[in-house]
Amino acid sequence: MIRRVASSFLRRPVLALSRTSVRPLSTDLPAAPSADAAFVEAWRKAVPNIEPPKTPLSFMQPRLPTPSSIPTRLTVNFVLPYASELSHKEVDMVIIPATTGQMGVLPGHVSTIAELKPGVLSVHEGNDVTKYFISSGFAFIHANSYADIIAVEAVPVGHIDAALVQKGLVEFTQKLSSASSDLEKAEAQIGVDVYSALNSALSG
Amino acid sequence: MASNAAVPFWRAAGMTYITYSNICANLVRNCLKEPYKTEALTREKVHFSIATWNDGKAEKPVLRSDTPED
Repeated sequence: MIRRVASSFLRRPVLALSRTSVRPLSTDLPAAPSADAAFVEAWRKAVPNIEPPKTPLSFMQPRLPTPSSIPTRLTVNFVLPYASELSHKEVDMVIIPATTGQMGVLPGHVSTIAELKPGVLSVHEGNDVTKYFISSGFAFIHANSYADIIAVEAVPVGHIDAALVQKGLVEFTQKLSSASSDLEKAEAQIGVDVYSALNSALSG
Repeated sequence: MASNAAVPFWRAAGMTYITYSNICANLVRNCLKEPYKTEALTREKVHFSIATWNDGKAEKPVLRSDTPED
């Protein structure tokens, strides 16, 4: 990659002088307008009596700009395919189970996209800690101290049945040793990973 | 930029992320305590009807209500 970039600099010296601007990060851009002004104007000319229809853009809230000083609390949106667990909740810290390890997110965290592995998400607010076991998902941390965590399945740790976890762990460890094809091995490995994560969530 | 970065074991075995994620979710759902487990399994049931076509003619559609493990 470095060689490619260096050669492109050598190839186009003239353009490099005029290209003084750097592409801004998506978090530094001003909020996109919530309605297309040209469309609204044209509508009013054509159909003055009826209100212009709302477009999806007007239903979306524009992203808040990055504040110049670090905010005191993190705003978390934790969503599942069937429910919105936490919506714009202001917390002090969340610890997410990223594939690279447990990651603590405080206000002012650098923008990150993290893939989550099966593990425990803990939400810390003052002295309360709420723990959810997440099956897998992603966490997007934005520069303005907003964290969007999306998971396919998330359950409070209290809803997990320890006996079923032990049974499953034994079953999948056995499947792993007796698996033949690549796909079976992968499925058994996934089972072992998930059940060991469930086990440590129950004991930790 | 490495083009042969270490791929996760499931991708090396030919599985996509969605399949992996759904398998994880199913395993977690099967470990829940009783009222939550039945809630979760009924929530994830899919109901669909399949019609196979042969020589341009549809055969009788089959209604299925599968739980996600199948």
